[in-house]
Amino acid sequence: MSKDYKQMWSDLEINLDAHDGLLGVLSDAYTNIYLSQKNRPEGMKYFDFVISEVHGLRIEEIVEAKKQGRKVIGTFCVYVPEELILAVDGVCIGLCAGADVGTDEAEKYIPRNTCALIKAFMGFKLAGLCPYVQTADLIVGETTCDGKKKAYELFDEMMNGKVYVMEIPNKKGQDDKALWLNEVQRFSAKLEEISGKKITPEKLKEASKVVNEKRKALQRLASLRSADPSPISGLDALLVNQVAFYDDPLRFTAKVNELCDELTERVKTGKGVSAKGSPRILISGSPMAIPNWKIHAIVEGSGATIVGEESCVGERNFASLMDENFSSLNEGLRNIADRYLTINCACFTPNDERLTDIETIAKRVKADGILHYAIQFCTPYMIEATKVKKVAEKIKMPLLRIETDYSMEDMGQLKTRIEAFLEMMGKGARV
Amino acid sequence: MRIGGIDIGSRYIKYVLLEDNSILDFKKRETGHNPLSVCKELLTVNRPEKIVATGYGRYLLEVFGDIRTITEIKAVAKGVKAVFPRCRTIIDIGGQDTKVISLSGQGSVVNFEMNDRCAAGTGRFIEIMSRALGYDLDHFGASCNSRNGNVKINSMCTVFAESEVISLIAKGEKREVIAYSIHDSIASKVISMVKRIDIQDDIVFAGGCARNPCLRRILEERLQKTLYVHENPYIHAAYGAALYAEI
Repeated sequence: MSKDYKQMWSDLEINLDAHDGLLGVLSDAYTNIYLSQKNRPEGMKYFDFVISEVHGLRIEEIVEAKKQGRKVIGTFCVYVPEELILAVDGVCIGLCAGADVGTDEAEKYIPRNTCALIKAFMGFKLAGLCPYVQTADLIVGETTCDGKKKAYELFDEMMNGKVYVMEIPNKKGQDDKALWLNEVQRFSAKLEEISGKKITPEKLKEASKVVNEKRKALQRLASLRSADPSPISGLDALLVNQVAFYDDPLRFTAKVNELCDELTERVKTGKGVSAKGSPRILISGSPMAIPNWKIHAIVEGSGATIVGEESCVGERNFASLMDENFSSLNEGLRNIADRYLTINCACFTPNDERLTDIETIAKRVKADGILHYAIQFCTPYMIEATKVKKVAEKIKMPLLRIETDYSMEDMGQLKTRIEAFLEMMGKGARV
Repeated sequence: MRIGGIDIGSRYIKYVLLEDNSILDFKKRETGHNPLSVCKELLTVNRPEKIVATGYGRYLLEVFGDIRTITEIKAVAKGVKAVFPRCRTIIDIGGQDTKVISLSGQGSVVNFEMNDRCAAGTGRFIEIMSRALGYDLDHFGASCNSRNGNVKINSMCTVFAESEVISLIAKGEKREVIAYSIHDSIASKVISMVKRIDIQDDIVFAGGCARNPCLRRILEERLQKTLYVHENPYIHAAYGAALYAEI
């Protein structure tokens, strides 16, 4: 990190000693996993910088934005409409939930067999290790799964009443659409109330454009990964998708597009991160919040390349755009509601659209195999894996089911399973 | 030409030396706390020209330079197929992993299931339980009595199952009966894995646990299938690795 942020962290009530430890571990992991990769695009330098300043410069920017009266809205789910947050000049941040941090603290409140993501968001707060959550004026929860919705009740107490929960329907019928539209309207009113700013159709249009441009840049990155060899590693692409949740959206979009320009050149000259014809894997399943790089590191360390993520940190975040064509606020809110209900999360029943998505993406990225990833105890994805298996059989694609958490204890077993999977695909592993 | 295969497992290191396709030597040593020194010791005698490493510790041999590695799944498939040409399914219960592997007619791996991190349903579980009941591991499987008791071990977690066993002992339950129920609970775990695979005959039971007659019998009864067991079920992965060394 370029400068000393101790005073800022201290003002945000961060546990300084433990935080130094966390940054040390993160920096080592980043060096080992990311900086050791070969043939990285130049454009990744920006993202390396962002990570090196993940709790520094970006926090400073956010603190500065707060001084100018902007509100910071923390989220944990791609269902929370970013457009509305930007329409009140808010700063939208996807909160820390991807590391085995503060687990002991979290387990005082929630059962041990709770998924790692929930334990992590509580753990980060309880251990005083997440400066983002400390800057938040509002934290938006959602009823995507039982674990999260019950945990938000406890989290609200820890956050002194700053948690606001949006109800996500369980189905996608007419009643559900009406419910969701109401939720979007209520959320927009809540944002107006805490920011003291009015959402006008013009403001919403402007915000929609910003978010759509970000999605388009991420779509562009995703489509470049269809090339063989892929011009970018799965690890790097995952990182870009993770950074999408907390970087400044305009700057982020510009940087992703710069990266994509470089990748386009690479594709033209056939330059890639691995040899042409090396095994290509599509990840499908639970989200991988930063700094969860575990599966990508094992797969790519075994000689395969990850070419897509059918995940909330991935395709589900950017696959569909919002219709920017509206003339009244109500119409705009309806467009938002419609757009977000196209996200096919396993918390819906039935969720056949996700199966179609997997098939489409697997073909588009020319995958040789699918790795279904579920965070341990993430029941919706763990169960839906059975249906995904059927889709894989239908399109004659091998599928490996992995259930794991953020700890490193099962690395040996995972490595064996993943390598055996690659061997089985006949493209060989690290041989 | 002498070629070798070494299978560095969680409990034992197995080593096979081949000359002109016949087995010249087989050795099995406890993995212990310093597996690399065990490997070095094994490899200094009759050092083969080519060697392939497999098993949990397969990357340990990187210090020797260019030693090829394959997973134990690929290795065991090759090793079993060479001995049992009609094999289409392998149930391999080793020290810390249980695998169910489905083979094509030609012998390549078409599907597999493997336990996740926990030790329930693995050799380690049997070891811990035999100790809790005061049995010598080699006699544990022969000491089961199924029919005069109705005891069930419900817990799938090794730690919790051990406390269940201890409370059954405290209740005065016969240890032969408890021993049977332990084997039955392991079989349940293995069968849930088998159910996820489209199993076909012949089925070969491999790995150290295949020597346990009680486990074999329960699996056969519950699957309604015959399980074939080699006289040395430890050998398959190391043998398979050795066969890959000549390719």
